Amino acid sequence: MLRYTVRRLLQLVIVVGVLSLLLFAWLRSLPGGPVSALLGERATAASRARLTQELGLDQPIFVQYWKFLTRAASGDFGVSTGVQPGDTASEIFLQRFPATLELSFLAIVIAIAVGIPLGYLAARRRGGWLDNLSIVGSLVGVAVPVFFLAFVLKQVLAVDLGWFPTAGRQEGGLDATRVTGFFVLDGVLTQEWDAAWDAIRHLILPAIALSSIPFSVIFRITRAAVLDVLDEDFIRTAESKGLTTPVIRRRHVLRNAMLPVVTTIGLQTGALLAGAVLTEKVFAFPGIGQALALGFERRDYPVLLLLILCAAGVFVLINMLVDLSYALIDPRIRTAGGAR
Amino acid sequence: MSTKSKIDALAATAGKIGDDPGVSVAAAAWRRLRRNPVFLTGAVIITAFIVLAILAPFIAPHDPTDPMLGDQVVKARNQIPESQEGHPLGGDQVGRDLLSRLLVGSQQTLLVGVLATLIGLTGGLILGTLAGALGGWVDSLVMRAVDVMLSIPGLLLAVSIGALFAQPNIYTLIVAVATVQIPIFARLLRGSMLAQRHSDHVLAARALGVKQRAIVFRHMLPNSLGPVIVQSTLVLAISIIEAAGLSFLGLGNPDDRIPEWGQMLGRAQNVIDSHPQLAFWPAGCIIVVALGFTLMGESLREALDPKSRR
Amino acid sequence: MALLEVRDLRVVFQRKGEVPFTAVDGVDFDVEPGQTVGLVGESGCGKSVTAMSIMGLLPKRGNKVTGSAKFEDTELLTLSDRQMRDRRGRDLAMVFQDPLSSLNPVIPIGLQVTEVLERHRDMSRRKAMVEAADLLDRVGIPDPRRRLDEYPHQLSGGMRQRALIAIALACQPRLLIADEPTTALDVTIQAQILALLAELVRDSGTALIMITHDLGVVAGLCDEVNVLYGGRVVERGGRHDLFQVPRHPYTYGLLQSIPRLDAPKGERLSPIRGSVQDNIPWTSGCAFAPRCPNATDTCVEVTPEMVPDGAGSVRGERLLRCHNPVAQEVPA
Repeated sequence: MLRYTVRRLLQLVIVVGVLSLLLFAWLRSLPGGPVSALLGERATAASRARLTQELGLDQPIFVQYWKFLTRAASGDFGVSTGVQPGDTASEIFLQRFPATLELSFLAIVIAIAVGIPLGYLAARRRGGWLDNLSIVGSLVGVAVPVFFLAFVLKQVLAVDLGWFPTAGRQEGGLDATRVTGFFVLDGVLTQEWDAAWDAIRHLILPAIALSSIPFSVIFRITRAAVLDVLDEDFIRTAESKGLTTPVIRRRHVLRNAMLPVVTTIGLQTGALLAGAVLTEKVFAFPGIGQALALGFERRDYPVLLLLILCAAGVFVLINMLVDLSYALIDPRIRTAGGAR
Repeated sequence: MSTKSKIDALAATAGKIGDDPGVSVAAAAWRRLRRNPVFLTGAVIITAFIVLAILAPFIAPHDPTDPMLGDQVVKARNQIPESQEGHPLGGDQVGRDLLSRLLVGSQQTLLVGVLATLIGLTGGLILGTLAGALGGWVDSLVMRAVDVMLSIPGLLLAVSIGALFAQPNIYTLIVAVATVQIPIFARLLRGSMLAQRHSDHVLAARALGVKQRAIVFRHMLPNSLGPVIVQSTLVLAISIIEAAGLSFLGLGNPDDRIPEWGQMLGRAQNVIDSHPQLAFWPAGCIIVVALGFTLMGESLREALDPKSRR
Repeated sequence: MALLEVRDLRVVFQRKGEVPFTAVDGVDFDVEPGQTVGLVGESGCGKSVTAMSIMGLLPKRGNKVTGSAKFEDTELLTLSDRQMRDRRGRDLAMVFQDPLSSLNPVIPIGLQVTEVLERHRDMSRRKAMVEAADLLDRVGIPDPRRRLDEYPHQLSGGMRQRALIAIALACQPRLLIADEPTTALDVTIQAQILALLAELVRDSGTALIMITHDLGVVAGLCDEVNVLYGGRVVERGGRHDLFQVPRHPYTYGLLQSIPRLDAPKGERLSPIRGSVQDNIPWTSGCAFAPRCPNATDTCVEVTPEMVPDGAGSVRGERLLRCHNPVAQEVPA
């Protein structure tokens, strides 16, 4: 178990390392570049050259990368040139990461809370109306572009009906105390309930939009897994023991069906990050996704580099945690020494 | 009547036990699909979509590139032509007939889906075949590369690739969307070929001294086709949706003379509050077509899955 | 009075849009308390479906079960789901073919034994654990306390089947159904498991229905044997009678297809030709006729009835469903 964890951590370091080099090279090869982005296309050659030198962009790429690495080792990832000019990339990350984390967490909770029970019920009543209806629902969930769904939710529930705020993370007038950067958590910790509630209200619509794809996938995997398990011989054994249906359901069906579902949940974190880029733009939600979208628009190298690296790192890390939790559920992996 | 022929006749009327022997997997799958309402729905949608794309230039009432209602557009007051005589859906932001643009837009959308899938498939085929067929260090190398690519969320990767091109156009958009699919196809193919590398029929071929190349191309690849076809159908839907996402983020094709649904949807974001029809029509088209491909893909998957053949 | 009385049991599988398939076509047999009865036949003859319908384990949809299966004067086929659940595991229990897939891979062996004790014998988890260790010990699993915490994949095939037998016998049922319990095991293990089963049912007075395609298993274990073909019993008798004087051509064929070391050199094995797929429905004659060496025109016109067979009854009653039974004895 320990060896497995160490190996996976090492793998994480390698992936992030290789990725940082690739990203670094790739960012430098982008057309335009921060100089044009900062000064505009009509700047004089002299001012361009000065800024290029100031930003160190005139040096060979390996020198630049080495500088980046040594600085990064001490936590300095450079200064933003486009998203929030003047702020450091790490400041931007620390400021925005909790927002996206809050949003993604709520989205995956919604996806799990709806997807797993619905998948289970659909499998139990295979071919019934609930089954067919939820299959169609999950297929539509995949077919609808996330940002369009976000638009519709915003337009109908926020703009027309006014049930939810249309943008942002919290009303500015609340003057909430900041502790962790997680607004909901902050509100609970400082017992500023109105602030916490307001933060939740801001999260609901983007989280629903963001959960559409993870929900569809989790629903379908759960349904398929439950169908597979219901067909297993050990379910027949459990029935032959005369066990009651709730016991069979809990102990025998769900525990086994959860194995593939857990893996899927881990893989969905990638989709969540991608979805966040789109959803946050629609709801002007100040998270990582919005910063990424802005960063691409304005060629903000330091911010892009840090954010993409962190996104990939989080993705790999979560999948590692998922693999480890898999080992907790499945004794076959646990006792085999965790090799596979 | 002789005893034997009587028995034969009777045996033929008896209940069938399981699948008939000698029916190939493909034929058996087709037999199940033909009666599957999900597959039929998807097939009807996709057929209609393709026919529409082919006939679009002939049935479109107007030239989709001509801002014929331009005089009704008032930028400052956010005024866009509404539905009117001869233009049932009204016009777009610069006064071009929306219905014509939707009809003709199907062509570019189909192009995006098909080309992106083909590129992704070809790339994945090359990488996956190399890895799955050769194994060893080639396999390790390719799969590590694929893992790194897969560790970046799909849309982010597409955005990154899309940003590489100084002059974005519809083809750079397609390449960006397709690149995301390459590692997925590669992994899929490698997985199914690896599963076969130790299967009895490949071992038998090897034992008979069949050449490596022949084993790969004649035995392993054809047997990996099932999952690849399923994935391709799904990717057709995904790439159309992702292309719309890129357009929404401002990384799509800047030239909007030739219409494409994703681009129309992406560009409607600024006027969606006042003129939702500009977003709803292309979004509806995308959803229906994506749903069609997904329905086909999912029912294909089920038909080819030996587990569901009960 | 018989412990189990099966009369005219029929199971028809009917899936939407498909031709109904009759898996069990009017099976009758009895099991006396403590008796070991064999159900023999090749795959597809309906022996497992018979067992599953007695246990009430067939899927709830897609099939129709008719006839009667009386267990101690209780009609099992009309019991409600809840009533059947109260009986399963307590009065009737079952052991299945593949011990690995028949055990839940993600929960420890101990819980898989205790859950049946908790369900039917109102034991606390702690008491049940003690009892479970005792049960595992009784079926010959060494170091049972340690095994309680282990998972199925950590046990050998033979051990798994022993564990399943322990589970089945946990509540001292009066009837145990064993469905090909040794087929998935190594030959050396097979004999051990059969010996264990024989010993356990003898000691506890449990009646056993042994479902198998292996005549060797039947010969060593069963008091009475029912040979099934095409969903019907075609021959019944004590094991000595049946093996010495097989009367039905199918039984004869099964015996002839066993390789024998004492057969004259150069003699060929004589397998039964064709397969179950060649069957004709019982309504239009004898289902075995297409594969039968003795078949005549009568065999495909008149359905044979189950009648007492005088010629074959050496030590006990003998029943036979055949127009042209085998006359000669199996060469000894």
